[in-house]
Amino acid sequence: MNVLTVKDARKAFGEIKALQGASLELRQGELLALLGPNGAGKTTLIRAITGRVRLDSGEIRLFDRVLDGARTPPELGIVPQEVAVYPLLTARENLDAFGRLQGLSGGLLKDQVGWALDRTGLTDRADESVQRFSGGMKRRLNIACGVIHKPKVVLLDEPTVGVDPQSRDRIYDMLADLANQGVSLLVTTHHLEEAEARCSRTVIIDHGRVIASGSLSELVEQTVGRHRLVTLRLDGPFSPASGDVSDFAIDPADPRVLRARMRDVALELPPLLAHVNRAGRIVDDVDVRGPSLQSVFIHLTGRELRE
Amino acid sequence: MRTLLRIGWLNLKRDRVAQALTFLLPVIFFSIFATVFGGQGDDATSRIRVAVVDEDRSEVSQRIVEALKAEKALRVRLTAAEEDQGTVLDRAGAEQLVRNGNAPVAVVIPAGFGAAFMENGFGGGASMQLLADVSDPIAPQMVQGLMQKVTMTAAPDLLMTGGMRQFERYAGTLTPQQRAAVDQWLPRLKSGASPGPSGGAGAPMGVAVTVVDVMRTDDRRGSLISFYAAGIGVMFLLFSCVGAAGGALLEEAESGTLERLLSTRIGMTGLLAGKWVFLAIMGCAQLTVMFLWGRIAFGLPLFDHIPGFVVMTTATAAAAAALGLVLATLARTRAQLSGFSTILILTMSALGGSMFPRFLMTETMQKVGLVTFNAWALDGYLKVFWRDAPIWQLWPQVGVLLSLAAVFLVVARLLARRWETA
Repeated sequence: MNVLTVKDARKAFGEIKALQGASLELRQGELLALLGPNGAGKTTLIRAITGRVRLDSGEIRLFDRVLDGARTPPELGIVPQEVAVYPLLTARENLDAFGRLQGLSGGLLKDQVGWALDRTGLTDRADESVQRFSGGMKRRLNIACGVIHKPKVVLLDEPTVGVDPQSRDRIYDMLADLANQGVSLLVTTHHLEEAEARCSRTVIIDHGRVIASGSLSELVEQTVGRHRLVTLRLDGPFSPASGDVSDFAIDPADPRVLRARMRDVALELPPLLAHVNRAGRIVDDVDVRGPSLQSVFIHLTGRELRE
Repeated sequence: MRTLLRIGWLNLKRDRVAQALTFLLPVIFFSIFATVFGGQGDDATSRIRVAVVDEDRSEVSQRIVEALKAEKALRVRLTAAEEDQGTVLDRAGAEQLVRNGNAPVAVVIPAGFGAAFMENGFGGGASMQLLADVSDPIAPQMVQGLMQKVTMTAAPDLLMTGGMRQFERYAGTLTPQQRAAVDQWLPRLKSGASPGPSGGAGAPMGVAVTVVDVMRTDDRRGSLISFYAAGIGVMFLLFSCVGAAGGALLEEAESGTLERLLSTRIGMTGLLAGKWVFLAIMGCAQLTVMFLWGRIAFGLPLFDHIPGFVVMTTATAAAAAALGLVLATLARTRAQLSGFSTILILTMSALGGSMFPRFLMTETMQKVGLVTFNAWALDGYLKVFWRDAPIWQLWPQVGVLLSLAAVFLVVARLLARRWETA
């Protein structure tokens, strides 16, 4: 069931067209990654869903209710890219404040604060000023403040930016836990490997349009196909013997490196190795990689995500 | 070196706030202080408001009143209402005008002044009274001097007649020839009498003037401290309100907490209301600390004026907090906020009397000062602490301050829309 639907969203800021007909669906209990290079329209789309950006045209539905953009609906939880907590307050005080502002009170508020501290692993540091926290702890608290009121849909803008891999894992464990409880999460990220490993589906946006969406296998099928990327590192520069024919490419930056795309590695790699052998070179290293989100992304956008 | 100069130049060229603070602010302040202290054109000096009570109603007193009215430096008022409307002032009414701050001085010409003057001349029992509010250190002195002048110049013939009587009393009667000469001279003196400032010869002696301090300053020295407490307090209240409001909104916008707050149930209106109430409470606390210190260190009679203090402090803090929100919502960056607020607050404080008493400014500048809320706040505090005014008399000041607060809040709400929806 779709809990959030964006249909043909368009928004221009003067001459700049931030959204040019973006559409996506978020399903119940899903962890959906929204990928795109800087300026692709990710943040504008998130802000349109939260009501901070008024669309020029298009429609956003939350649980089949069209959002008018006047106010953020209570079913939505927002986790901004910045660590949006009060640094001089303790973790407990921050959670208490944002819980109250979301309408919680009494025993329910207390329970939710306890739950959030537990889920973020901050119970031991609950009464410590946030300014003393590490980046990862602040990020976890940032997420906890966005979900303190148990929203059904959570929008997270780069929730793991600037944190170490361990903290990142912990954050995604939190998100997975929420998804298991039926919460739907839309996450923008620059970390392709995170999206690949942790998200059930991925939406790729560029120039204000959604250019692909689906699970990793679906995206691979739609774009680069089921090829493997094989990389051979040789003991010296490769110069193919005359008359040999093989489908490979020499890395222009390093003539000792050969690259080839193979649908069946068992069938296609031996001829390439024989070819190298005939040229009098020894293979130092072989690397075989399956299709990744990165290859999909580059295929679709023609550039690295971090550009 | 050239590279550093170029970097400095490019930074300055692209930073309009820095340009304004560097070049515009000093010029603005120079202009304000030059206008306040230097005076301009015909309005070079403030016309002093003087209430005049003629209890004597003699020819002498009427001539003095006319001469006072003709003085360019004075704005004479003879009736309870301005523009010569209402009943003729009596001593009690004039004293009340001074107490209420409607005039810094009142001149009372007591009954019998003219007769004493004619009989004995100066120094022979003819005495006028000056009812003064000595919180204005200039007006009583100036009016006293002008009273000497107008008395001398308004009735030289009568002065001479009195003088000749004195002479005859102690030196013997004039001969018929001397009498004829004096009688011939007196009309010429009278025709030369000046009702105005360009009068003829003065005399080496003066009319007796008794200065009455209607505010009983000696008993209430601490009350004068309230002026400084209010002046400085209001100026710093503005700085702290703007700083805190800027911190509340601009920093929250930068840190992302504003976005998060706006996604909660309170919305922008609730958020601004919450910030305003907090800033107003902080402002009240700040002014209370200032006045408490005035009480402890300088004997300011705070505890004798608690109701008035509470009313004025609440209204002033409410308006200052709302102004802080306007500036915070107007500015795009903290640098802009700093620039705006420095210019605005120092200008308002200079015009509004926080730095320099308004009653010492020219009349035009006093009127200009009323566009600032410093002026209204200070007037209110002076009414409470110096004039012992009852609370109901604070309605003009409280009304203006609360109206300003309402207007500022509406403006801040409109400006804050930029954070709500793009």
